[in-house]
Amino acid sequence: MSQSNHWDHVLHELKHYLPSQAPLKDFIHHNTLHGFQSNPFFEGLQKASAIFGYKTLLPLSEYRARFIKGDITIDTIQAVIAKQKPTEDQDKWVHLMLYGEISEELDERVGKLRREWVKHTGIDLDSMVHPILFRILCSYLDQGISMWRFPEKNRGFLEALRSIETTTHNSFFTTKEAREWFLKGDCSIPTLLKRIVGDESLTEQYLFDQQFAHQGWSGIVVSVETQPESLLDGRKISLEELIVFELLLELDIMTMKKGADFAPLSTYLLPELEGLFEPLPQTPASEVVKLWQLSLEKSFYDQVIKGLEQNMHSTKHESKKSFQAVFCIDDRECSLRRHLEELDPACETFGTPGFFGVAFYYQPEDGKFKTKLCPAPVTPSHLIRAVGANAKRKTDAHFSHQTHSLLPGFLISQTLGFWSALRLFGQVFKPSMSPATSTSLQHMHKDSQLSIEHHGEFDGDLQIGFTKAEMVDRVEALLKSMGFVKDFAPLIYVVSHGSSSVNNPHFSAYDCGACCGRPGSVNARVVCHMANDPEVRSLLKERGLLIPEETRFVGALHDTSRDEIVYYDEMLMSQAHRVLHEENVRIFAEALKANALERSRRFVLLDKKLPKEKVFQSVRNRSVSLFEPRPELNHATNTLCIVGSRKLTKGLFLDRRAFLNSYDASIDTNGDLLYGILKAAAPVCGGINLEYFFSRVDNQRLGAGSKLPHNVMGLIGVANGIDGDLRPGLPSQMIEVHDPLRLMIVVEQEPEKVLSVIQRAQETYEWFINDWIQLVAISPSSRKFYRFEGGQFVVQPTPEKSVAVMSHVDSLFASVSDNLPVILMES
Amino acid sequence: MMELVIHSLLILPILGFVVSLFIPEEQENAMSRWTFGLIGINLVILILFTAFWLLQGFPSINVRDWMIFQTKGYEFFLDFYFDKVTAVYALVGGFLTFLITVYSRYYLHREKGYKRFFNTVWFFNLGYNLAVFSGNLETLFIGWEILGISSFLLISFYRERYLPVKNAVRVFSIYRIGDVGLILSMWLMHHLWHENITFSKLVNLELVHEHIQTHNLVGAMIALLLLVSAYAKSAQLPFSSWLPRAMEGPTPSSAIFYGSLSVHLGVFLMLRTYPFLEFQTSVRIFMGVMGVVTAFIATNIARVQSSVKSQIAYASIAQIGLIFTEISLGWVDLALFHFCGNAFLRTYQLLVSPSVVSYLIREQFYNFKQQPHSRISWLPKSFLNSLYVLSIKEFNLEKLNFHLFWSPLKRGGRLFSFIRERHIWYFFIPLILLGVAMLYYFDQLQHTSSTATSIFFAMVGMVMVLRAFAEKKNVRLAWWLIAFNHGFIALAVSFNEHFTYSHVLLYLSGVVASALAGHYVISLLKKQEGNVHLHFFQGHVYEHKGLALAFLLCGLAISGFPITPSFVGEDLIFSHIHENQWFLATCVSISFIVDGLAMIRIYSRIFLGPHAKTYHEIAYRSS
Repeated sequence: MSQSNHWDHVLHELKHYLPSQAPLKDFIHHNTLHGFQSNPFFEGLQKASAIFGYKTLLPLSEYRARFIKGDITIDTIQAVIAKQKPTEDQDKWVHLMLYGEISEELDERVGKLRREWVKHTGIDLDSMVHPILFRILCSYLDQGISMWRFPEKNRGFLEALRSIETTTHNSFFTTKEAREWFLKGDCSIPTLLKRIVGDESLTEQYLFDQQFAHQGWSGIVVSVETQPESLLDGRKISLEELIVFELLLELDIMTMKKGADFAPLSTYLLPELEGLFEPLPQTPASEVVKLWQLSLEKSFYDQVIKGLEQNMHSTKHESKKSFQAVFCIDDRECSLRRHLEELDPACETFGTPGFFGVAFYYQPEDGKFKTKLCPAPVTPSHLIRAVGANAKRKTDAHFSHQTHSLLPGFLISQTLGFWSALRLFGQVFKPSMSPATSTSLQHMHKDSQLSIEHHGEFDGDLQIGFTKAEMVDRVEALLKSMGFVKDFAPLIYVVSHGSSSVNNPHFSAYDCGACCGRPGSVNARVVCHMANDPEVRSLLKERGLLIPEETRFVGALHDTSRDEIVYYDEMLMSQAHRVLHEENVRIFAEALKANALERSRRFVLLDKKLPKEKVFQSVRNRSVSLFEPRPELNHATNTLCIVGSRKLTKGLFLDRRAFLNSYDASIDTNGDLLYGILKAAAPVCGGINLEYFFSRVDNQRLGAGSKLPHNVMGLIGVANGIDGDLRPGLPSQMIEVHDPLRLMIVVEQEPEKVLSVIQRAQETYEWFINDWIQLVAISPSSRKFYRFEGGQFVVQPTPEKSVAVMSHVDSLFASVSDNLPVILMES
Repeated sequence: MMELVIHSLLILPILGFVVSLFIPEEQENAMSRWTFGLIGINLVILILFTAFWLLQGFPSINVRDWMIFQTKGYEFFLDFYFDKVTAVYALVGGFLTFLITVYSRYYLHREKGYKRFFNTVWFFNLGYNLAVFSGNLETLFIGWEILGISSFLLISFYRERYLPVKNAVRVFSIYRIGDVGLILSMWLMHHLWHENITFSKLVNLELVHEHIQTHNLVGAMIALLLLVSAYAKSAQLPFSSWLPRAMEGPTPSSAIFYGSLSVHLGVFLMLRTYPFLEFQTSVRIFMGVMGVVTAFIATNIARVQSSVKSQIAYASIAQIGLIFTEISLGWVDLALFHFCGNAFLRTYQLLVSPSVVSYLIREQFYNFKQQPHSRISWLPKSFLNSLYVLSIKEFNLEKLNFHLFWSPLKRGGRLFSFIRERHIWYFFIPLILLGVAMLYYFDQLQHTSSTATSIFFAMVGMVMVLRAFAEKKNVRLAWWLIAFNHGFIALAVSFNEHFTYSHVLLYLSGVVASALAGHYVISLLKKQEGNVHLHFFQGHVYEHKGLALAFLLCGLAISGFPITPSFVGEDLIFSHIHENQWFLATCVSISFIVDGLAMIRIYSRIFLGPHAKTYHEIAYRSS
């Protein structure tokens, strides 16, 4: 390999393994260990653990505690061992799992080489380089905290630094040598490494050690480098530039401490280190923990499979539909749908990714930027503009830069300061909406006009609005993918979702993942407009999709933390629709209240003995309370994704753990619909699931730690204190009730067809073949279960133990705050 | 009547703190209700009392209290005082603490260390109230010390991570400098007035004026020492860089302690001793100029901060600088008013600081300008860029602090790295015995003092603590060096002035007991963990909570924290150093500073930071 190819490769590898979380405003869930996804699940975990020192599964003590608690039974353990270790002494493994004294200590490979500096020279480079490096980096990337912006911020990182360095009397560096090198010398990584490290064979490991000592900052640099549009006020920075600058700072420190002729690292007597990516030995610890994890997962999966099977046999009444509602597949909508169906058995609900098949950029009237509203990998070519009815943005002087200047600060502290005291008092005893709150409604004003129709206008490359033909395509695709092609009710609600919260830097992780971490309200309105268009209807009819004239689509937004709903374009309804709508509004309101009560069971401090109205109110207050780190629990406990008709799950209590995607195998002859669904569901749901998984098992290294001490850095990330590394991943408050179980996708389709569909795209197939997602198929013809294992589907016998049957699951909500098992609901 | 109320206002925090220690870990509700309930009651009493006091025509009230120690020419007593400064500080403190404890009931829910947090808040509250109600420097000092320790505990609340612990030790070291300023000014005050002067007497203008007239230099020295203490506590130049680094605990604790209460205590000290400054024009000019300089520099640093908490911290420092200037100009009422406003504003700003992301991004989305307007952009680019870089580097304050305080101590300690554990037995114990024998001999000969000998012993003591501070391996060695330091100080002072052995006994009693107890704790830990050293943080608190607490108590006791008689002894010892013996006083006070530092360092290295065992989640060193 040539020299420059080699370095490209090293940089590429680094980028591959660094965390890839985007800046806060675009928080999108992804597999934290995406770097290892090309390995089988457990192998990848073991590697991640040995190389980077992550805890990738629960500690043994926790599994054992779950066993004692009864969450895992001895039968399950034995079944798992029998399958995993068919030729070995099974009692030995049971014994090891239950009582074996197994060391779980980690001695990660990364960092070992660079630690030699301290050993040999006593110089702790990290503690001297990090503070100034982070500070400069954060100031450069800052999106609006500092009052005095980085000079030359519109140039590339090194270029900006160089330009400052040539015009200042006060260098970033301490020594003349480093400064000279930066301004005049050869600032390429190999040259710098040669000076600092010496021996070339060590340089790759050295860079990994260096970058993984602050993987948060390095990760955000990579993310800005690869997706510059994730910063509104863009920056040109690359990982390479970061490394160059960091090496120069190291050079500076070494020169300061040891003189300009300091010895490179490789001249010291270094221990023989194994290469970062050299093969790993199998350890008993990794095997035992794997068996435990499989047992824990099986304990839950078995319930689901049994529950689904039992549910197939219970009778379902089919009747004329009162109304229909299309929701996002989001696991938080799973319970709301259940409550709606309980309150109005004649209604029907569907699930589909919450951008509803319409991808576009959105720009409100006085917005300076465009917001992408579709799944992250998609690049839209349309633009939707909003005009009229501007949302008035209230301002809050507490966030004003003036408070930090000297004389304005002098006046403000003696005036506003006393107002702050009253505000604080008010917010503590009677929390209410304030400009600090991030509400889902702000996204789009209810009464604004959207430019949905295309009139030949363009904004750059973007087409403003959609043509009729494009509309037809989108509506058809949406309805067909859900298997929603007949029995249209007079009113069909398209319910998007968003979330309100305050004091929550991770607010974007609470909104719709299919809309790039924004509420889906615009998408819901747009798709309803399309589906209501008479011309679109008639074109649809030509394609065999007959939507009755009296059917009307109504867009809506469900606020998941407040359990409120807003309907759009109500005034466009006919009188007849309005009458029906009013009745439905009542049912939605009831269902939302029931949903809030169900959610309240997780909130320990909330007194459930209070009247329902009060409980509802205090659930909603969480979204505006400054002191509430858990406005809602978001995707915590997600474990399932069910792709099939609602009949499969209707009547089954899944405790808000399932993503539900509607799908009708009977109209999907060639598997195209399923392909479209899985192509999105695997990375989106799998990403959510694994981010929760890994943030839960190692909240310190793969998660963000407790959010209570978080300090917002440059509006792009959070850190602990003022000079710490960025903390990607989820804070402990989001994952504490989560059980780390891999996602199980259940598809209602013939296994052969599923197999051919998942093999169509390698990036989708990787999730399944490497077991990062579990896959089960239910044959619509034989009603048998098949499990995807090692590249093929095998028959999955349904477990013997039946799931509990209950008539009033609601009665558990006031008393149980733990996870509930799968329950078959008697109606 | 008034006395009774003042007492109850102090007894409630003590009661609150003590009871909170016994509330079980898992009883979140009991703990939080007890806390905000009692602090609320305290606040109501305070408000009623203040109203009553206002109706009385706001007289200054002095309550002379418990005589802790009395001997010929020396008395150590608690004294409480209530005037408008007390009223304002107590009300602001009570109001904010009450709100924050209600706030934290939810905010801290399920957090590991819930109980510890509330215990520490109680401890802080106790120290704060003692300080603001204090009627003399001795009482204030007790409160001041408690605040120092509780700050350390709050900053290192996330003790399993590296940065909080590192920063807590840093901040503690700056506080320690403030402590010594206070000890030395107490020492000089004592010589100036020949008694432990109360604040109520300081208000007596003629008395003060007269004394300062005759002791011009001493007066200025006292004022400067008080200023150093105040600057350290209020994060003024050159100490400023500790304040943003203290923002490591849960946001509400940062908001109330480093946003408002703790950081304004330096101001309080100046307000309290203002009558003493009033006639010293040169000191007032110095203070006024320093205030303005701090305000300008801190504002510049605040302008370039790209993290929300450090921005608020520096903005607050700038306003406190102005408050100091206001005091120097004699505008005491304005200073009090400014204090309240700044405290409320910064507390609220810190509390809502996580909201800054959604708020400012929304602002940016609608109001983005490529080049925001700046009032100074007409200045030459080279000047602007230089100022920018300098501000990014915090005007090198962190480096300055490091070079001024930290690294001389380290280097000083390394000079004596030849001292090993065996030297304690072969050399230091015989030396002490020799000293005692000499002392006996002196006694027989009716010698009254020998300055040279006392300086010698004081310096030996200083060497010992410096050595302890730099020790990297041997925990026991470091520990015993700290303990023996006190023995040498006692010897030094005994040679300096003949006085009864009971003073020495009083001083050493606490030291000896805690040294032995600490030794026992270390042995227990060693027995279980094998290698325990001081190279880096080992986080043994993860498995040994009890031992950690016991060791902390021993450490506090040994470094003269007000839980053993040694505390009074420390003050007493100083009274035997004459006002012209600056060198001796400096040696002894350096010993006291480093002694506390070395102790906190041992505690942190053994018990705090990332755990040495990696079978559970371990945080990165960079977090």
